[in-house]
Amino acid sequence: MSAIATLEELLAHAHNLELEAVERYQELADQMVVHNQPDLVELFRTMVRVESLHVDKVRDLAADRELPRLAPWGYRWSTLESPESVPIGGESYGMTPRRALELVLASEERAYAFFAGVADSSSDPAVHQAATELAEEERQHAALLREWLTRYPAEADSREPLDMDEPVEQD
Amino acid sequence: MGKPQLIMTRHAAKDYKSSVKPIWCPGCGHFGVQAALFRALEHLDLPPEQVAVISGIGCSSRLPAYTECYGFHGIHGRALPLATGLKVARPELTVIVASGDGDAFSIGGNHFLHACRRNVDLTCIVMDNEVYGMTKGQPSPTTGPDWHSKLMPEGTGINPLRPLAVALASGAGFIARGFSGDPNGVAKLLVEAIQYPGFSLVQILSPCVTYRPEERHWKQQVHAIGMEPTTNPVEAGQRLFADDGLSTGVFYRAVLPGYPGTVRARSDDHLAAIEAELAL
Repeated sequence: MSAIATLEELLAHAHNLELEAVERYQELADQMVVHNQPDLVELFRTMVRVESLHVDKVRDLAADRELPRLAPWGYRWSTLESPESVPIGGESYGMTPRRALELVLASEERAYAFFAGVADSSSDPAVHQAATELAEEERQHAALLREWLTRYPAEADSREPLDMDEPVEQD
Repeated sequence: MGKPQLIMTRHAAKDYKSSVKPIWCPGCGHFGVQAALFRALEHLDLPPEQVAVISGIGCSSRLPAYTECYGFHGIHGRALPLATGLKVARPELTVIVASGDGDAFSIGGNHFLHACRRNVDLTCIVMDNEVYGMTKGQPSPTTGPDWHSKLMPEGTGINPLRPLAVALASGAGFIARGFSGDPNGVAKLLVEAIQYPGFSLVQILSPCVTYRPEERHWKQQVHAIGMEPTTNPVEAGQRLFADDGLSTGVFYRAVLPGYPGTVRARSDDHLAAIEAELAL
Protein backbone atom coordinates (compact mmCIF):
# COMPACT_ATOMS: atom_id res chain seq x y z
CA MET A 1 0.00 0.00 0.00
CA SER A 2 1.48 3.33 -1.04
CA ALA A 3 1.74 6.16 1.48
CA ILE A 4 -0.49 9.21 1.51
CA ALA A 5 1.59 11.83 -0.22
CA THR A 6 -0.33 15.09 -0.18
CA LEU A 7 -2.43 17.12 2.24
CA GLU A 8 -5.39 16.93 -0.15
CA GLU A 9 -5.16 13.16 -0.17
CA LEU A 10 -5.01 13.03 3.63
CA LEU A 11 -8.01 15.33 3.97
CA ALA A 12 -10.02 13.25 1.48
CA HIS A 13 -9.29 10.19 3.63
CA ALA A 14 -10.10 12.05 6.86
CA HIS A 15 -13.37 13.35 5.44
CA ASN A 16 -14.49 9.90 4.33
CA LEU A 17 -13.40 8.36 7.64
CA GLU A 18 -15.39 10.86 9.73
CA LEU A 19 -18.42 10.89 7.42
CA GLU A 20 -18.73 7.11 7.39
CA ALA A 21 -18.32 7.05 11.18
CA VAL A 22 -21.26 9.48 11.47
CA GLU A 23 -23.36 7.37 9.12
CA ARG A 24 -22.58 4.12 10.92
CA TYR A 25 -23.29 5.60 14.37
CA GLN A 26 -26.58 6.98 13.04
CA GLU A 27 -27.40 3.53 11.67
CA LEU A 28 -26.58 1.94 15.03
CA ALA A 29 -28.74 4.51 16.84
CA ASP A 30 -31.62 3.70 14.48
CA GLN A 31 -31.15 -0.03 15.09
CA MET A 32 -31.33 0.51 18.82
CA VAL A 33 -34.50 2.61 18.44
CA VAL A 34 -36.07 -0.34 16.63
CA HIS A 35 -34.90 -2.73 19.37
CA ASN A 36 -35.88 -0.45 22.26
CA GLN A 37 -32.45 0.09 23.77
CA PRO A 38 -32.71 3.77 24.86
CA ASP A 39 -29.32 3.88 26.62
CA LEU A 40 -27.58 2.70 23.48
CA VAL A 41 -29.59 5.10 21.32
CA GLU A 42 -28.26 7.94 23.47
CA LEU A 43 -24.67 6.66 23.27
CA PHE A 44 -24.69 6.31 19.49
CA ARG A 45 -26.44 9.67 19.01
CA THR A 46 -23.74 11.27 21.16
CA MET A 47 -21.15 9.73 18.87
CA VAL A 48 -23.02 11.09 15.84
CA ARG A 49 -22.71 14.60 17.33
CA VAL A 50 -19.02 14.13 18.18
CA GLU A 51 -18.07 12.78 14.77
CA SER A 52 -20.15 15.42 12.99
CA LEU A 53 -17.93 18.03 14.62
CA HIS A 54 -14.95 16.17 13.17
CA VAL A 55 -16.51 16.26 9.71
CA ASP A 56 -16.87 20.04 10.09
CA LYS A 57 -13.28 20.34 11.26
CA VAL A 58 -11.95 18.43 8.26
CA ARG A 59 -14.03 20.61 5.95
CA ASP A 60 -12.55 23.69 7.64
CA LEU A 61 -9.06 22.31 7.16
CA ALA A 62 -9.83 21.64 3.53
CA ALA A 63 -11.21 25.19 3.09
CA ASP A 64 -11.06 25.94 -0.63
CA ARG A 65 -8.71 23.09 -1.53
CA GLU A 66 -9.99 20.72 -4.17
CA LEU A 67 -9.92 17.25 -2.67
CA PRO A 68 -9.44 14.20 -4.90
CA ARG A 69 -12.60 12.21 -5.55
CA LEU A 70 -11.82 8.62 -4.68
CA ALA A 71 -13.87 5.51 -5.40
CA PRO A 72 -15.09 3.71 -2.25
CA TRP A 73 -12.48 1.02 -2.88
CA GLY A 74 -9.78 3.59 -3.66
CA TYR A 75 -9.07 4.61 -0.05
CA ARG A 76 -5.91 3.23 1.51
CA TRP A 77 -7.48 1.62 4.53
CA SER A 78 -5.85 -1.41 6.08
CA THR A 79 -9.31 -2.46 7.30
CA LEU A 80 -12.28 -3.63 5.21
CA GLU A 81 -14.05 -0.33 5.86
CA SER A 82 -12.89 3.11 6.93
CA PRO A 83 -11.18 2.58 10.29
CA GLU A 84 -13.52 4.62 12.47
CA SER A 85 -16.66 2.77 11.33
CA VAL A 86 -17.90 0.09 13.74
CA PRO A 87 -17.55 -3.05 11.60
CA ILE A 88 -20.82 -4.65 10.57
CA GLY A 89 -21.41 -7.88 12.46
CA GLY A 90 -19.97 -6.95 15.84
CA GLU A 91 -23.15 -5.47 17.25
CA SER A 92 -26.12 -7.26 18.75
CA TYR A 93 -29.64 -6.20 19.67
CA GLY A 94 -28.98 -7.36 23.22
CA MET A 95 -25.57 -5.83 23.74
CA THR A 96 -24.82 -4.09 26.98
CA PRO A 97 -23.62 -0.47 27.28
CA ARG A 98 -20.16 -1.77 28.07
CA ARG A 99 -20.04 -3.88 24.92
CA ALA A 100 -21.24 -0.90 22.87
CA LEU A 101 -18.58 1.32 24.42
CA GLU A 102 -15.92 -1.29 23.63
CA LEU A 103 -16.98 -1.24 19.97
CA VAL A 104 -16.84 2.56 19.91
CA LEU A 105 -13.46 2.62 21.68
CA ALA A 106 -12.00 0.14 19.20
CA SER A 107 -13.16 2.38 16.35
CA GLU A 108 -11.51 5.44 17.88
CA GLU A 109 -8.30 3.47 18.40
CA ARG A 110 -8.30 2.36 14.76
CA ALA A 111 -8.77 5.99 13.67
CA TYR A 112 -5.88 7.04 15.93
CA ALA A 113 -3.67 4.30 14.49
CA PHE A 114 -4.50 5.40 10.96
CA PHE A 115 -3.64 9.07 11.50
CA ALA A 116 -0.58 8.27 13.64
CA GLY A 117 0.64 5.91 10.93
CA VAL A 118 0.28 8.60 8.28
CA ALA A 119 2.11 11.10 10.50
CA ASP A 120 4.96 8.66 11.10
CA SER A 121 5.38 7.70 7.47
CA SER A 122 5.01 11.07 5.79
CA SER A 123 7.97 13.20 4.79
CA ASP A 124 5.70 16.12 3.83
CA PRO A 125 5.60 18.64 6.73
CA ALA A 126 1.99 19.71 6.02
CA VAL A 127 0.77 16.09 5.91
CA HIS A 128 2.75 15.27 9.05
CA GLN A 129 1.32 18.23 10.96
CA ALA A 130 -2.31 17.66 9.96
CA ALA A 131 -2.12 13.91 10.59
CA THR A 132 -0.53 14.51 14.01
CA GLU A 133 -3.31 16.92 14.92
CA LEU A 134 -6.04 14.53 13.80
CA ALA A 135 -4.37 11.63 15.63
CA GLU A 136 -4.24 13.66 18.82
CA GLU A 137 -7.99 14.30 18.68
CA GLU A 138 -8.67 10.59 18.23
CA ARG A 139 -6.33 9.83 21.13
CA GLN A 140 -8.29 12.23 23.35
CA HIS A 141 -11.57 10.60 22.34
CA ALA A 142 -10.20 7.18 23.13
CA ALA A 143 -9.04 8.41 26.56
CA LEU A 144 -12.51 9.78 27.27
CA LEU A 145 -14.15 6.51 26.23
CA ARG A 146 -11.82 4.55 28.50
CA GLU A 147 -12.99 6.75 31.35
CA TRP A 148 -16.62 6.10 30.41
CA LEU A 149 -15.90 2.38 30.39
CA THR A 150 -14.92 2.49 34.08
CA ARG A 151 -18.57 3.30 34.82
CA TYR A 152 -19.53 -0.14 33.51
CA PRO A 153 -17.26 -2.63 35.29
CA ALA A 154 -16.64 -5.83 33.36
CA GLU A 155 -17.52 -8.10 36.29
CA ALA A 156 -21.02 -6.59 36.51
CA ASP A 157 -21.43 -6.91 32.80
CA SER A 158 -20.15 -10.39 32.04
CA ARG A 159 -23.18 -11.46 30.05
CA GLU A 160 -25.84 -9.89 27.93
CA PRO A 161 -29.16 -9.23 29.68
CA LEU A 162 -31.78 -11.96 29.73
CA ASP A 163 -33.60 -11.99 26.42
CA MET A 164 -37.33 -12.25 27.03
CA ASP A 165 -38.00 -13.02 23.38
CA GLU A 166 -34.99 -14.84 22.09
CA PRO A 167 -34.99 -16.14 18.51
CA VAL A 168 -36.27 -19.69 18.19
CA GLU A 169 -36.29 -21.80 15.04
CA GLN A 170 -39.83 -22.63 13.99
CA ASP A 171 -41.32 -25.14 11.61
CA MET B 1 -29.36 39.86 -6.36
CA GLY B 2 -26.64 37.99 -4.50
CA LYS B 3 -23.90 35.79 -5.85
CA PRO B 4 -25.33 32.83 -7.82
CA GLN B 5 -25.37 29.73 -5.64
CA LEU B 6 -23.29 26.79 -6.71
CA ILE B 7 -25.61 23.98 -7.74
CA MET B 8 -24.32 20.63 -6.57
CA THR B 9 -25.35 17.87 -8.92
CA ARG B 10 -23.41 15.09 -7.27
CA HIS B 11 -25.31 12.52 -5.25
CA ALA B 12 -24.10 11.31 -1.86
CA ALA B 13 -24.70 7.79 -0.51
CA LYS B 14 -27.13 9.19 2.06
CA ASP B 15 -29.31 10.57 -0.75
CA TYR B 16 -30.34 7.00 -1.62
CA LYS B 17 -31.36 6.15 1.94
CA SER B 18 -34.99 6.56 3.00
CA SER B 19 -36.18 7.61 6.45
CA VAL B 20 -37.53 4.12 7.14
CA LYS B 21 -35.45 2.45 9.85
CA PRO B 22 -34.41 -1.09 8.86
CA ILE B 23 -35.80 -3.85 11.05
CA TRP B 24 -32.94 -6.21 10.22
CA CYS B 25 -31.26 -7.65 13.30
CA PRO B 26 -28.28 -5.57 14.46
CA GLY B 27 -25.19 -7.23 13.02
CA CYS B 28 -27.06 -8.51 9.95
CA GLY B 29 -24.89 -8.60 6.86
CA HIS B 30 -27.63 -6.92 4.84
CA PHE B 31 -26.60 -3.57 6.35
CA GLY B 32 -23.30 -3.99 4.54
CA VAL B 33 -25.06 -4.78 1.27
CA GLN B 34 -27.22 -1.67 1.66
CA ALA B 35 -24.12 0.47 2.32
CA ALA B 36 -22.37 -1.05 -0.69
CA LEU B 37 -25.32 -0.44 -3.00
CA PHE B 38 -25.63 3.20 -1.97
CA ARG B 39 -21.88 3.74 -2.38
CA ALA B 40 -22.02 2.16 -5.84
CA LEU B 41 -24.94 4.39 -6.87
CA GLU B 42 -23.07 7.42 -5.51
CA HIS B 43 -19.98 6.46 -7.47
CA LEU B 44 -22.05 6.15 -10.65
CA ASP B 45 -23.81 9.41 -9.72
CA LEU B 46 -27.19 7.95 -10.66
CA PRO B 47 -30.17 10.10 -9.68
CA PRO B 48 -32.40 8.12 -7.27
CA GLU B 49 -35.39 8.61 -9.56
CA GLN B 50 -33.51 6.83 -12.34
CA VAL B 51 -33.03 3.68 -10.27
CA ALA B 52 -35.61 1.04 -9.32
CA VAL B 53 -35.03 -1.62 -6.68
CA ILE B 54 -37.31 -4.64 -7.10
CA SER B 55 -37.65 -7.44 -4.58
CA GLY B 56 -39.59 -10.53 -3.61
CA ILE B 57 -39.99 -11.71 -0.03
CA GLY B 58 -37.55 -12.25 2.80
CA CYS B 59 -35.22 -10.19 4.97
CA SER B 60 -33.17 -9.16 1.91
CA SER B 61 -36.31 -8.13 0.07
CA ARG B 62 -37.06 -5.34 2.49
CA LEU B 63 -34.41 -3.24 0.76
CA PRO B 64 -36.82 -1.22 -1.49
CA ALA B 65 -38.39 0.33 1.61
CA TYR B 66 -35.02 1.53 2.81
CA THR B 67 -34.12 3.48 -0.30
CA GLU B 68 -35.24 6.74 -1.88
CA CYS B 69 -35.00 5.07 -5.29
CA TYR B 70 -38.16 3.73 -6.85
CA GLY B 71 -39.01 0.32 -5.50
CA PHE B 72 -41.44 -2.56 -5.68
CA HIS B 73 -41.74 -5.13 -2.91
CA GLY B 74 -43.27 -7.99 -4.85
CA ILE B 75 -44.27 -11.53 -4.05
CA HIS B 76 -42.07 -14.45 -3.11
CA GLY B 77 -39.66 -15.50 -5.84
CA ARG B 78 -41.12 -13.14 -8.42
CA ALA B 79 -38.67 -10.25 -8.25
CA LEU B 80 -36.96 -11.19 -11.53
CA PRO B 81 -40.08 -11.30 -13.74
CA LEU B 82 -41.27 -8.03 -12.18
CA ALA B 83 -37.90 -6.44 -12.87
CA THR B 84 -37.82 -7.87 -16.40
CA GLY B 85 -41.18 -6.30 -17.17
CA LEU B 86 -40.08 -2.96 -15.77
CA LYS B 87 -36.80 -2.93 -17.70
CA VAL B 88 -38.49 -3.86 -20.99
CA ALA B 89 -41.06 -1.10 -20.51
CA ARG B 90 -38.63 1.49 -19.15
CA PRO B 91 -35.18 0.63 -20.54
CA GLU B 92 -33.73 3.95 -19.46
CA LEU B 93 -34.02 2.98 -15.77
CA THR B 94 -31.27 1.21 -13.86
CA VAL B 95 -33.06 -1.83 -12.47
CA ILE B 96 -31.67 -3.64 -9.43
CA VAL B 97 -33.11 -6.85 -8.03
CA ALA B 98 -32.70 -7.45 -4.28
CA SER B 99 -33.18 -11.08 -3.35
CA GLY B 100 -32.09 -13.79 -0.95
CA ASP B 101 -30.99 -17.40 -1.34
CA GLY B 102 -34.48 -18.77 -0.70
CA ASP B 103 -36.31 -16.17 -2.76
CA ALA B 104 -33.95 -16.38 -5.75
CA PHE B 105 -32.92 -20.02 -5.83
CA SER B 106 -35.91 -21.91 -4.42
CA ILE B 107 -39.24 -20.12 -4.73
CA GLY B 108 -37.94 -18.11 -7.66
CA GLY B 109 -35.59 -20.79 -8.99
CA ASN B 110 -37.37 -21.17 -12.31
CA HIS B 111 -37.42 -17.43 -12.91
CA PHE B 112 -33.72 -17.31 -12.05
CA LEU B 113 -32.84 -19.77 -14.85
CA HIS B 114 -34.77 -17.81 -17.45
CA ALA B 115 -33.52 -14.41 -16.32
CA CYS B 116 -29.99 -15.72 -16.85
CA ARG B 117 -30.70 -16.91 -20.39
CA ARG B 118 -32.78 -13.89 -21.47
CA ASN B 119 -29.92 -11.52 -20.67
CA VAL B 120 -32.16 -8.55 -19.90
CA ASP B 121 -30.02 -5.69 -18.59
CA LEU B 122 -30.64 -6.18 -14.86
CA THR B 123 -28.40 -6.47 -11.83
CA CYS B 124 -29.50 -9.25 -9.54
CA ILE B 125 -28.13 -9.06 -6.00
CA VAL B 126 -28.61 -12.22 -3.99
CA MET B 127 -27.90 -11.79 -0.29
CA ASP B 128 -26.98 -15.33 0.61
CA ASN B 129 -27.03 -16.32 4.28
CA GLU B 130 -27.79 -19.99 3.69
CA VAL B 131 -30.96 -19.85 5.76
CA TYR B 132 -34.55 -18.62 5.72
CA GLY B 133 -34.13 -15.96 8.40
CA MET B 134 -37.46 -14.16 8.21
CA THR B 135 -39.42 -17.37 8.83
CA LYS B 136 -37.11 -18.36 11.68
CA GLY B 137 -34.29 -20.55 10.53
CA GLN B 138 -35.28 -23.19 7.97
CA PRO B 139 -32.57 -24.58 5.66
CA SER B 140 -32.42 -22.92 2.22
CA PRO B 141 -31.14 -24.22 -1.14
CA THR B 142 -27.60 -23.10 -0.30
CA THR B 143 -27.52 -24.56 3.23
CA GLY B 144 -24.80 -27.17 3.68
CA PRO B 145 -25.88 -30.81 4.22
CA ASP B 146 -24.64 -31.03 7.80
CA TRP B 147 -25.90 -27.76 9.29
CA HIS B 148 -27.64 -28.75 12.52
CA SER B 149 -30.51 -26.85 14.02
CA LYS B 150 -33.49 -27.61 16.23
CA LEU B 151 -35.53 -27.96 13.06
CA MET B 152 -33.04 -30.20 11.33
CA PRO B 153 -31.07 -31.94 14.07
CA GLU B 154 -29.39 -34.34 11.66
CA GLY B 155 -28.82 -31.72 8.94
CA THR B 156 -30.54 -31.91 5.58
CA GLY B 157 -28.08 -34.40 4.10
CA ILE B 158 -28.63 -32.65 0.77
CA ASN B 159 -25.90 -31.08 -1.31
CA PRO B 160 -26.31 -27.32 -1.57
CA LEU B 161 -27.10 -25.62 -4.86
CA ARG B 162 -24.16 -24.01 -6.67
CA PRO B 163 -25.95 -20.88 -7.84
CA LEU B 164 -23.05 -19.37 -9.76
CA ALA B 165 -22.48 -22.57 -11.73
CA VAL B 166 -26.22 -22.77 -12.44
CA ALA B 167 -26.13 -19.15 -13.64
CA LEU B 168 -23.23 -19.93 -15.97
CA ALA B 169 -24.97 -22.98 -17.39
CA SER B 170 -28.14 -20.94 -17.88
CA GLY B 171 -26.42 -18.25 -19.91
CA ALA B 172 -25.64 -15.40 -17.50
CA GLY B 173 -22.85 -13.18 -18.79
CA PHE B 174 -21.62 -11.54 -15.58
CA ILE B 175 -21.09 -13.66 -12.48
CA ALA B 176 -19.52 -12.38 -9.27
CA ARG B 177 -19.44 -12.97 -5.52
CA GLY B 178 -18.80 -10.54 -2.67
CA PHE B 179 -18.88 -10.42 1.12
CA SER B 180 -21.13 -8.00 2.99
CA GLY B 181 -18.44 -7.30 5.61
CA ASP B 182 -16.47 -5.63 2.82
CA PRO B 183 -18.94 -2.97 1.60
CA ASN B 184 -16.30 -1.16 -0.45
CA GLY B 185 -15.31 -4.34 -2.25
CA VAL B 186 -18.98 -5.12 -2.89
CA ALA B 187 -19.52 -1.57 -4.15
CA LYS B 188 -16.82 -2.18 -6.76
CA LEU B 189 -18.52 -5.39 -7.88
CA LEU B 190 -21.89 -3.64 -8.07
CA VAL B 191 -20.48 -0.78 -10.15
CA GLU B 192 -19.10 -3.33 -12.63
CA ALA B 193 -22.35 -5.30 -12.57
CA ILE B 194 -24.57 -2.25 -13.15
CA GLN B 195 -22.34 -1.12 -16.01
CA TYR B 196 -22.44 -4.57 -17.63
CA PRO B 197 -24.83 -4.47 -20.62
CA GLY B 198 -26.88 -7.54 -19.77
CA PHE B 199 -27.93 -9.73 -16.88
CA SER B 200 -25.45 -9.55 -14.02
CA LEU B 201 -25.52 -11.74 -10.94
CA VAL B 202 -23.78 -10.74 -7.73
CA GLN B 203 -24.04 -13.28 -4.93
CA ILE B 204 -23.18 -11.59 -1.64
CA LEU B 205 -22.31 -13.71 1.36
CA SER B 206 -24.30 -11.93 4.07
CA PRO B 207 -24.22 -13.49 7.53
CA CYS B 208 -27.44 -14.14 9.44
CA VAL B 209 -26.20 -13.41 12.95
CA THR B 210 -29.43 -14.65 14.54
CA TYR B 211 -29.91 -18.12 13.04
CA ARG B 212 -26.41 -18.73 11.66
CA PRO B 213 -24.16 -16.94 14.17
CA GLU B 214 -21.23 -19.08 13.03
CA GLU B 215 -21.33 -17.11 9.76
CA ARG B 216 -19.65 -14.24 11.60
CA HIS B 217 -16.46 -16.23 10.92
CA TRP B 218 -16.85 -15.64 7.17
CA LYS B 219 -14.92 -12.45 7.82
CA GLN B 220 -11.83 -14.54 8.48
CA GLN B 221 -12.59 -17.12 5.79
CA VAL B 222 -13.41 -15.19 2.63
CA HIS B 223 -10.60 -14.67 0.14
CA ALA B 224 -10.14 -13.03 -3.24
CA ILE B 225 -10.33 -15.18 -6.38
CA GLY B 226 -6.91 -13.83 -7.27
CA MET B 227 -7.53 -14.03 -11.04
CA GLU B 228 -8.85 -11.68 -13.68
CA PRO B 229 -12.40 -12.45 -14.84
CA THR B 230 -12.49 -14.84 -17.75
CA THR B 231 -14.58 -14.49 -20.90
CA ASN B 232 -14.30 -18.22 -21.56
CA PRO B 233 -17.30 -20.20 -20.21
CA VAL B 234 -15.32 -23.44 -20.01
CA GLU B 235 -12.66 -21.79 -17.88
CA ALA B 236 -15.34 -20.11 -15.79
CA GLY B 237 -16.97 -23.50 -15.21
CA GLN B 238 -13.67 -24.97 -14.06
CA ARG B 239 -13.18 -22.08 -11.66
CA LEU B 240 -16.70 -22.39 -10.27
CA PHE B 241 -16.48 -26.13 -9.71
CA ALA B 242 -13.09 -25.76 -8.01
CA ASP B 243 -14.43 -22.92 -5.88
CA ASP B 244 -14.89 -23.35 -2.11
CA GLY B 245 -17.86 -20.98 -1.99
CA LEU B 246 -15.92 -18.33 -0.09
CA SER B 247 -13.90 -16.73 -2.86
CA THR B 248 -14.84 -13.21 -3.91
CA GLY B 249 -14.50 -11.26 -7.13
CA VAL B 250 -15.73 -11.48 -10.71
CA PHE B 251 -15.61 -15.05 -12.06
CA TYR B 252 -17.00 -14.50 -15.52
CA ARG B 253 -17.61 -11.56 -17.79
CA ALA B 254 -18.74 -12.53 -21.27
CA VAL B 255 -19.47 -10.48 -24.34
CA LEU B 256 -23.05 -11.47 -25.12
CA PRO B 257 -25.82 -9.74 -26.99
CA GLY B 258 -28.22 -8.13 -24.52
CA TYR B 259 -31.97 -8.60 -24.78
CA PRO B 260 -32.92 -6.10 -27.50
CA GLY B 261 -35.93 -4.64 -25.70
CA THR B 262 -33.78 -3.43 -22.85
CA VAL B 263 -31.55 -1.22 -24.92
CA ARG B 264 -34.01 0.52 -27.21
CA ALA B 265 -34.89 4.12 -26.47
CA ARG B 266 -38.28 4.92 -25.09
CA SER B 267 -40.60 6.60 -27.55
CA ASP B 268 -44.20 7.73 -27.70
CA ASP B 269 -44.79 5.24 -30.52
CA HIS B 270 -43.62 2.46 -28.23
CA LEU B 271 -45.97 3.57 -25.44
CA ALA B 272 -48.81 3.89 -27.93
CA ALA B 273 -48.21 0.33 -29.06
CA ILE B 274 -48.38 -0.90 -25.44
CA GLU B 275 -51.55 1.08 -24.86
CA ALA B 276 -53.15 -0.39 -27.99
CA GLU B 277 -52.16 -3.88 -26.89
CA LEU B 278 -53.71 -3.42 -23.44
CA ALA B 279 -56.93 -1.80 -24.73
CA LEU B 280 -60.03 -3.86 -23.95
